[in-house]
Amino acid sequence: MTALDTPPTLNVGVTRLRKEDAHLVTGRSNWTDNITLTGLLHVALVRSPMAHAKVSNVDVSAALEQPGVVAAFTGADLADNWAGGLPCAWPVTPDMKSPTHLPLATDEVRYVGDAVAVVVARTRPQAVDATEHVVVDYEPLPAVVDMEAALADGSPLADTSLDTNKSFTWQKIDGEIDDAFDGAAHVTTRRFINQRLIPTAIEPRSVVCAPPRETRETTLWSATQVPHILRLMLALTCGVPEHELRVVAPDVGGGFGSKLNVYAEEAICLVLARKLGKPVKWTETRSEGYQATIHGRDQIQDVSLAFNEDNTIRGMRVELHADMGAYLQLVTPGIPILGAFMFNSIYKMDALSFTCHGVFTNKTPTDAYRGAGRPEATYAIERLIDEAANELGVEPFELRERNWIKHEEFPYTTIAGIEYDSGNYEAATAKAREIFGYDDLRAEQAQRRGSGDPVQLGIGISTFTEMCGLAPSRVLGSLSYGAGGWEHASVRMLPSGKVEVITGTSPHGQGHVTSWSQIAADALGVAYEDVEVRHGDTNVAHKGMDTYGSRSLVVGGYAVQVACDKVVAKAKKVAAHLLEAAEDDIEFSGGTFSVSGSPDANTTIQDISLAVFAAHDYPEDMEPSLDSDATVDPENFSYPHGTHLCATEVDTETGRVTIRRYVAVDDVGKVINPQIVDGQVHGGLAQGIAQALYEEAVYDSEGNLTTGSLLDYYVPSAADLPHFETDRTETPATSNPLGVKGVGEAGTIASTPAVINAVVDALRHLGVNDMPMPASPRNVWEALQAANNGGAA
Amino acid sequence: MIPATFDYIRAGSVEEAVAALTEHGDEAKLLAGGHSLLPLMKLRLASPEVLIDLGRVDALRGVCELDDGRLSIGAMTAHQDVIDNDLVRQHCGVLADVTRQVGDAQVRHRGTIGGALAHGDAASDLPAALLALDGTVVVQGPSGQREIAAADLFVDYLATSISDDEVITEVRVPKFDGSWGWNYQKFSRVAQAWAIVGSLGLVKRSNGNVEEARVGLTHMGTVPLRATAVEQALAGAAIDGIADAAEHAAEGTSAPTDLNATSEFREHLARVLTKRALTAAAG
Ligand SMILES: Cc1cc2nc3c(=O)[nH]c(=O)nc-3n(C[C@H](O)[C@H](O)[C@H](O)COP(=O)(O)OP(=O)(O)OC[C@H]3O[C@@H](n4cnc5c(N)ncnc54)[C@H](O)[C@@H]3O)c2cc1C
Repeated sequence: MTALDTPPTLNVGVTRLRKEDAHLVTGRSNWTDNITLTGLLHVALVRSPMAHAKVSNVDVSAALEQPGVVAAFTGADLADNWAGGLPCAWPVTPDMKSPTHLPLATDEVRYVGDAVAVVVARTRPQAVDATEHVVVDYEPLPAVVDMEAALADGSPLADTSLDTNKSFTWQKIDGEIDDAFDGAAHVTTRRFINQRLIPTAIEPRSVVCAPPRETRETTLWSATQVPHILRLMLALTCGVPEHELRVVAPDVGGGFGSKLNVYAEEAICLVLARKLGKPVKWTETRSEGYQATIHGRDQIQDVSLAFNEDNTIRGMRVELHADMGAYLQLVTPGIPILGAFMFNSIYKMDALSFTCHGVFTNKTPTDAYRGAGRPEATYAIERLIDEAANELGVEPFELRERNWIKHEEFPYTTIAGIEYDSGNYEAATAKAREIFGYDDLRAEQAQRRGSGDPVQLGIGISTFTEMCGLAPSRVLGSLSYGAGGWEHASVRMLPSGKVEVITGTSPHGQGHVTSWSQIAADALGVAYEDVEVRHGDTNVAHKGMDTYGSRSLVVGGYAVQVACDKVVAKAKKVAAHLLEAAEDDIEFSGGTFSVSGSPDANTTIQDISLAVFAAHDYPEDMEPSLDSDATVDPENFSYPHGTHLCATEVDTETGRVTIRRYVAVDDVGKVINPQIVDGQVHGGLAQGIAQALYEEAVYDSEGNLTTGSLLDYYVPSAADLPHFETDRTETPATSNPLGVKGVGEAGTIASTPAVINAVVDALRHLGVNDMPMPASPRNVWEALQAANNGGAA
Repeated sequence: MIPATFDYIRAGSVEEAVAALTEHGDEAKLLAGGHSLLPLMKLRLASPEVLIDLGRVDALRGVCELDDGRLSIGAMTAHQDVIDNDLVRQHCGVLADVTRQVGDAQVRHRGTIGGALAHGDAASDLPAALLALDGTVVVQGPSGQREIAAADLFVDYLATSISDDEVITEVRVPKFDGSWGWNYQKFSRVAQAWAIVGSLGLVKRSNGNVEEARVGLTHMGTVPLRATAVEQALAGAAIDGIADAAEHAAEGTSAPTDLNATSEFREHLARVLTKRALTAAAG
């Protein structure tokens, strides 16, 4: 028993080395693909090589003859096992169109990668080899690849069972939008393309499923961010009683939203394991994942800002075309809708109109990708503010300052109708400017322009905010989302004084075990080492809403804190009983309960745990247990913000963009573990910069993914990225007791416009006013050519 | 990303490898570092029935000086071992410098000089380098050895003049003494990617002039190329003639168009990169 002589040092706010790393960096990780079970069979899918076709016949008989093959099925063979197909949990409008999404297509394939048959064999190579013997007759149909063409009269249909390519039009108008534009002194209008991206988690998706053995329980392991949601959705989709289905997310190596889904392969493995009575495994290859795991972004953004004479914003109009791809996955239609609250960003205005058309194409479905709707919105507003500043002839900082919410105006209800609880844009901006050496860089820029240096310097600003910590359940309900946004935690006090924390969040790289240990250690006054955190197994963490939308700390960490507080309250009662004092006289500090005024009369939380376990002597009016549960529903989103500044050097001869400085000052409220926060910011910056400079999923006119592997889809490595200079301001959130905001997505959301603004700024004097993403050498050079040949780009 | 089934033969010597190639004909492929071949097999763009592994043929590794003053580099010498080799550094630093820009550290420790040249990819770095260095490869087949000049080696897209039953045993390069300067401008999207365009410039200086200039171009056609018009314009010219000469860099090329560059942009890059490479080489 470890009664401590001195209270343990505080953990919250201090960098603690991550508890979860030792096994990850020493090859003892438990990825789904590492799981082997006796008699394990391997699954390989036959996927459509065509973007759109009628499937007239699928014949697996020759595949069944191949060595090692145990079973092979067509979509028709298994159709009864997944009644309505894969779920979309976010019907954004009552009349939203949603094609039936069968895990194995039966009569029509709608994107390259749509699966039509499955082979099960003793080894993986045998399964893959046998797929070449499945005969599928495809009758090609025209492929729909361009969103605007898809909505034109007479366009071919991406899904012949629908009569339109439009899934929905979602609209929200706040304020008098026509007045705002009619009376404007100046209007800035632009079209931005937020290109399609492929989330590239290092661990591929993988599923293992074991059928019932001793009990009625089926166990499904998946590289997923959402074991709890997956359990419910698979139970409903495949008709497996929920209480007989256990879902486990073992070590999961990154997700970024791509593992926030209910995928065909998860349903297929579940059905196959139960049908064959044998455990099965499927793991995607990288190229397969690039086709069959969701993509992100892909919006055409038509945006305008109306200004008064004094450069204050009157209103904003946003019209989006958002590419859904061929099917609606779990939250596909909701992603662009999240942007409805973010286009206005940190700026005050009297009117905002937001219209979003969700469009079907014969491409891989889109869904949440790090930031999900907020990076797209932030890109548009931060690019547009820079363009407006240029048109109005004011400094980009000046225009921002003129319009942003001042720190003394918080809490502030935005034109979009949500309340920003706290923030201080002035402080973050001042700090970023100082670190960056803004004025010196502007002087160097002027000098390079003057001397006609082939390498020009540009400065990009992004003063961003975002909404995360998903989410207040009632707000989600008002947006027609299919579930709530609460989170659950349990705290178990073990007789030896050690602590188990069970969380409903499902980390896949974020370090929850470490941060939750820090929170619990301080709340309970126990040593950091004495806390273990369990997660990701529905048999252990029976309740949860999982990890996405920068919610885990804000909602899940909050639940841990509340559960710990309940433990302390119970322990206090026992302490009063044992110390024979009134409960009001008991003080709690650093794990020790003492009687106020007589510090020698004390006991520790560990002693109380043991006493309650023995249960020989405890208060009459309570149960002999300190264990506590908490389910918390946040009262608001959280609103991290910050100012990011980027200096780029643009080689006008080759079009090469090099980031020279990147300064990120983020305000994520209170910080639990500074190193983990820095890590999240670094990773986020890498992904946001990747969108700005490197990544793009390209389809040809027939709907083939031409960037189908890492050979053509350029994910930058450390060698391509600058040194990140990160710093923070700290304006605590008021909506949770920890004062925390989310940090998982902030870097991604902020950085893309900072970089593109810098690239455009470097070339502005040469006539360049726009830059398609990614700002590859080719795109930069072509923009310069266009500017040279007269008309600005 | 799972290759089709194949048989595997481990060759103990060049002779064994040649015998196996002769026996299995065009169903067989030699395996060196595997960094070009295995990705093709995993994508099932190549499905050889037999792989003949050269990995244990130690005689194919290492560098020595030939009687005629050239260097001989064993075909199975890994890129990193070329970079680290003292003879290469001393006498043919240009080859070490180009090889340093191949792929990333993993690729450089597995990929081999022989494999890179046999693969003959115009987008990879060593073919253009061998061409600019006037190097050769020595191949051994059922009827003995022959030496193929770089200019005769690369015949078409991923096609060389090496026969199906021949093995590259050595790569031979001349020495470049202190009067030579060189610079390789590799222009790629991300650090470990192939070149969109690469230009290797070599300049032999004498009395402040260019006595001889050579330019090897990567990814400007289906085969690696020499920018002969630039070389001719510079022979015996003043160093400050480089910028004008480099304007000829795209002449005679047939640059492809892909996502990274139109042929027009590639031609432009060839001019810019050649100017930069030659300027640095002459400096
Ligand atoms: C991620 C990645 C990045 C890369 N980046 C670059 C780059 O930037 N620049 C670059 O130049 N290269 C790059 N490469 C290619 C790399 O250099 C390869 O290793 C090289 O091209 C082939 O060498 P290898 O030894 O791996 O040959 P293998 O892949 O084993 O063989 C290639 C071909 O050559 C044949 N072959 C091999 N050895 C012989 C021989 N002795 N005689 C006759 N035929 C033979 C094989 O049969 C096969 O057809 C990259 C590779 C990867 C995987």
